[in-house]
Amino acid sequence: MDLAMSEAETLEKAPGGPPLGTGPGKPRSLWSDAWYQLRRNPIFLVSGLLILFLVVISLWPGLIATGNPLECHLAKAQEGSQPGHPFGYDSQGCDVYTRTVYGARASITVGVCATLGAALLGSLLGGLAGFFGGWWDALLSRVADIFFGIPVILGGLVLLSVVTSSTVWPVVGFIVLLGWPQISRIARGSVITAKQNDYVQAARALGAGNGRMLLRHVAPNAVAPVIVVATIALGTYIALEATLSFLGVGLRPPTVSWGIDIANAAQSIRNAPHMLLWPAGALSITVLAFIMLGDAVRDALDPKLR
Amino acid sequence: MGRYVIRRLLQMIPVFIGSTFLIFVMVYALGDPVAALFGDKAPDPATAARIRKELYLDQPLWKQYLHYMGQIFQGDFGTAFNGQKVTELLASAYPVTLRLTLVAVVIELVVGITLGVVSGLRRGRTVDTSVLVLTLVVISVPTFVSGYVLQFLFGVKWAVIRPTVSPEAPFSELLLPGTVLALVSLAYVTRLTRTSIAENVRADYLRTAVAKGLPRRRIITRHLLRNSLIPVITFIGTDIGALMGGAIVTEKIFNIHGVGYQIYQGILRNNAPTVVGFVTILVIVFLLANLLVDLLYAVLDPRIRYA
Repeated sequence: MDLAMSEAETLEKAPGGPPLGTGPGKPRSLWSDAWYQLRRNPIFLVSGLLILFLVVISLWPGLIATGNPLECHLAKAQEGSQPGHPFGYDSQGCDVYTRTVYGARASITVGVCATLGAALLGSLLGGLAGFFGGWWDALLSRVADIFFGIPVILGGLVLLSVVTSSTVWPVVGFIVLLGWPQISRIARGSVITAKQNDYVQAARALGAGNGRMLLRHVAPNAVAPVIVVATIALGTYIALEATLSFLGVGLRPPTVSWGIDIANAAQSIRNAPHMLLWPAGALSITVLAFIMLGDAVRDALDPKLR
Repeated sequence: MGRYVIRRLLQMIPVFIGSTFLIFVMVYALGDPVAALFGDKAPDPATAARIRKELYLDQPLWKQYLHYMGQIFQGDFGTAFNGQKVTELLASAYPVTLRLTLVAVVIELVVGITLGVVSGLRRGRTVDTSVLVLTLVVISVPTFVSGYVLQFLFGVKWAVIRPTVSPEAPFSELLLPGTVLALVSLAYVTRLTRTSIAENVRADYLRTAVAKGLPRRRIITRHLLRNSLIPVITFIGTDIGALMGGAIVTEKIFNIHGVGYQIYQGILRNNAPTVVGFVTILVIVFLLANLLVDLLYAVLDPRIRYA
């Protein structure tokens, strides 16, 4: 879950990208070029479809699961696969299939909301710090250092153990709180790089104000790295939510969450390994989908790798 | 170099104060340690007030923090609510977690760098692709899933090892927990090494070494590895702190009585002195590890000079 890594390591560009200089006559912009590359990247297509599927079932879980995740029959506790209940039952006698399907909603909601929050807050703070520099920049960097100094799971245990709400918002808030410094560092760095470009100096010389320079010239050229880091972070945030729920401080019942189900299943793994298998598999595949998407987006957006 | 170290140590002070104060506020302001002391029963107001006074809890928060830090720098980490000295807990828990972290780091170094070098040298071949896919999968499986699955397979199904670790936690019993702890970082080390190797293979100095007619083995170990491992070492250094803090999950699964276990218990029981004491040490370890990495950087890469 170390987030500092994501910028440094790279995945090989998938074959089949456009050869430079032989495309259609008009040169493509960074974005349309990236989109051109993405459409031809099998990793992007697979992870994109998977994510689309996850989003759809987290919005309308009833589409593929007709049961009620909270309706349980203790008499059937820990029973294996049966007709109509392909994944068997958990310790409370709840249908594992239904709960696995419904668990997607919590993970996707936390992942998407936390990423949006951290990305907005981080790029706003980091971007302004990078653009204006000075004491605000120094202060922000030190504050970010402080948040980096707190181990994530530890902070979660301490901060979330006093929360009693069973909604997803405390967890989202916590992830945003510890996630924004990473995004703000990236945003700061790329804004500093973008602001040294000649066209920004030219805009300044032509008398553009700070607001116009920031919005028209700097931001569009600095946003790519933020998008890449945020996409990869989404996957790690989902894993973090599940870990916190597993430790008993993240989401709480009656919210249906893979982390909670895995924690319950782990206690009787010797008798009924199937209870662990399905939610754990669903969680891993979800995280994998987002990390693959992030890898593909990075390959498409990072011209250095071409 | 000396001046650089001093400057860095000075820069650590605000970060140290900030992080510990944040944790302090979280622990003391959010929960009520005195109420926790009484469990489910409502405390007698007079007794509660007396305990509050004894524990310095009737003062404003910043005064409590100053008092606490003053005590820490005199070597007094306070007393856990069950009467045990926090320093005793620290002395019993930290060596265990250090051993666990050591096992994890060695696994990361040996397996991660080997896999990374092999796949980096054979870029685009089958070995490379399978290593990449493997690392993606490993990154995606959260530690608590891989921990339980490996524990079940090795400890229960095949019964090769003891499923849980004894209180003494010798190295032999920490092999599997160490692997579980290392897994995700291992994948990152592999990918980082691979990228770095793949980049440096095309460097001019490497072509020169080949043109000089040096044996392949010497080229790889002396020229390629030495330059490619700099970012890897940096990553592992910063990872040490993360591993120690992230050991909570692994220690819970394998019932290891280390730092994470103590902190987890401390938080569950709202045992403020234990939590703050352990976290303070963790923050110091984290900061020192980062400093060490920056210094190591200069040793590994002579082009970097700290004035």
